[in-house]
Amino acid sequence: MRVYLDNNATTIVDPQVKKEMDPFFVEKYGNPNSLHAYAGETHLPLKTAMEKLYAGIHAPKEDSVVITSCATESNNWVLKSIYFQYIATGRKNHIMISEVEHPSIMATAKFIESMGCRVTYLPINNEGIMDVQTVKDNITSKTAIVSIMWANNETGAIFPIEEIGELCKEKGVLFHTDAVQAIGKFPVDVQSFDIDYLTFSAHKFHGPKGVGALYIKKGKELIPLLHGGSQMGGHRSGTLNIAGIIGMGKAMELAIDSLDFEMEDIREMRDAFEDELLKIKDTFVVTPREKRTPNTILISFRGIEGESMLWDLNRSGIGASTGSACASEDLEANSVMEAIGASEDLAHTAIRFSLSRYTTQEEMDYTLEVVKKAVIRLREISSSYAYAPEGYESGLDSHHH
Amino acid sequence: MGMDSLIGGTIWDEYSQKVTDLMNNPQNMGEITQEQADEMGATLIIADFGAESCGDAVRLYWAVHPKSDVIMLSKFKSFGCGTAIASSDTMAELCKGKTVDDAVKITNIDVEMAMRDNPDTPAVPPQKMHCSVMAYDVIKKAASLYKGVDMESFEKEVIVCECARVSLSTLREVIRLNDLTTVEQITDYTKAGAFCKSCIRPGGHEKKDIYLVDLLEEYEKEKMTKTADSLTTGGPVSFTDMTVVQKLKAVDKVIDDNIRQMLIMDGGDMEILDIKENGEHIDIYIRYLGACNGCASSSTGTLFAIEGILKEKLDTNIRVLPI
Repeated sequence: MRVYLDNNATTIVDPQVKKEMDPFFVEKYGNPNSLHAYAGETHLPLKTAMEKLYAGIHAPKEDSVVITSCATESNNWVLKSIYFQYIATGRKNHIMISEVEHPSIMATAKFIESMGCRVTYLPINNEGIMDVQTVKDNITSKTAIVSIMWANNETGAIFPIEEIGELCKEKGVLFHTDAVQAIGKFPVDVQSFDIDYLTFSAHKFHGPKGVGALYIKKGKELIPLLHGGSQMGGHRSGTLNIAGIIGMGKAMELAIDSLDFEMEDIREMRDAFEDELLKIKDTFVVTPREKRTPNTILISFRGIEGESMLWDLNRSGIGASTGSACASEDLEANSVMEAIGASEDLAHTAIRFSLSRYTTQEEMDYTLEVVKKAVIRLREISSSYAYAPEGYESGLDSHHH
Repeated sequence: MGMDSLIGGTIWDEYSQKVTDLMNNPQNMGEITQEQADEMGATLIIADFGAESCGDAVRLYWAVHPKSDVIMLSKFKSFGCGTAIASSDTMAELCKGKTVDDAVKITNIDVEMAMRDNPDTPAVPPQKMHCSVMAYDVIKKAASLYKGVDMESFEKEVIVCECARVSLSTLREVIRLNDLTTVEQITDYTKAGAFCKSCIRPGGHEKKDIYLVDLLEEYEKEKMTKTADSLTTGGPVSFTDMTVVQKLKAVDKVIDDNIRQMLIMDGGDMEILDIKENGEHIDIYIRYLGACNGCASSSTGTLFAIEGILKEKLDTNIRVLPI
């Protein structure tokens, strides 16, 4: 059996999405802005797809939903444009992000910092959630933008976007939110909150990879990241990825249709699985489940290093993930676990299971059995549970990390 | 750059079959209890290294024959990834039957070699090499407990890159012998910095006392000081070895000693604006002042005189460019 539980990383493309995209490779391939019938064949479907995207986040027509190549591009665009418009010109000198943003925000902020901008990295609390108070304490008249993710990719923790948006508006500061983990998990409405910019990406909600978007409120226009042939009204040049946009439009429509299922059925399946996991001795979940996206669990198994758990899961056909030291290519520790201040010996034991509407109860039952067996095997290997005679003092202070 | 770095790695696919097998089914995993050691007439040694908070920890059990110092039984427990577990297992295997003194000679490189399927293919990808270092450290810890001495007494050299086991003295020597100026060159010559990359500069996976960039800086400063010393003592210094400031001073001195007097007599002067290396040439940009500015000779005779004396006194590759 193969079970995919890494849906916060990427998702399967919905077959309906693929079907919708299919005609736009061989049959209809015209550039929608050209002056001939080939263009006409793609222009109307493009318009329909864009309407679905606008509807999906409830954006008014006068605002812009600019298609990009991915969320990383959208996030880079916002911060770099703000740098050119406000920081480099000396109008402002400060930006704020949370300390658990996606690398596309984190690394871009660090880059801007290296160019002379002051950057505040706002902490999260021991539940893995941001306090509005930290924004309030650090915002100044020289703050150009606050960028806070709507939901965290590792823990699923949902951040207080409404309050942060209100505060930014009151202080005359721009507000961007990376909503990559939010679309399709709960309703996202750019009109009900004070949001100036919002990032999303198709492949996180059963759309194709290589296409994302940046919502831009009217009057908050940015300097283009990609200059060129004036596609997307000159905001983002480059020949339109027609098939991708049509795929993202369909995926958005399906995600919105599935919201109730996501928030009830998937949540129920996730909760039941989590209840069973927590029955295993020495397991810990950080963020309370009502404060999380309905599909995500980040759980620590004491004494089991994250990658070794992934190894055992993978041997049984289960794909999950961890941000802990040994698993990632760059050996970085799990920043979220560190930011939460999780007791140190748990920082390397976190495993993330992220479900989707394709996850079945049968898969979850199978996964539970595999996890239970892996916990037994790996704790038997683990030095954390190893024998020592009475009075033995471990020399664990000698490590050089 | 290059295709491999563009695609990135899938670390598990680069594990040898041996590493995979040992992770799936470790051979020497387990404990030795005091009772078992007593039955064998052996001394029980339990050594811990690492910590869960660092991402890997290992506990090594030895039953050592007290007369011969031979390790009769060797077992491990490990908190860590597949490489850490397989390395610990291999390390425990290599210890068996050796005397404590011989066991201390086992390095992480021996452990990695023992896990290879064939001698020419590494057992683990470069970034996993550091996970095997702990297997080496814990042996030293066990031996130090058995002998009642400090762990440091087993390490005669300061090791900068633990993955490739390259010592401080080797690095210092190689950098100077080959006049190395970049980390990439050091890696090409010594393999240091090729694995987990922690030893290159601060901010990596492990904190170090000294980094490769420090060693390069140390050498750079040494060269600068040497040049400065030679200049003060009048020793021979090649113009290209000088720092920008030293070059400027040297050029100014040649101008002062040979040219400036002449220019001032004619009611003019000159100043040096910049010195740039341009391929094999060293371009010195100057500006004429006073009467020199616009004088017909300033782009012919005077210019040739300035360039000629600088070529003679400092470097034949000098070009003088008035702007």
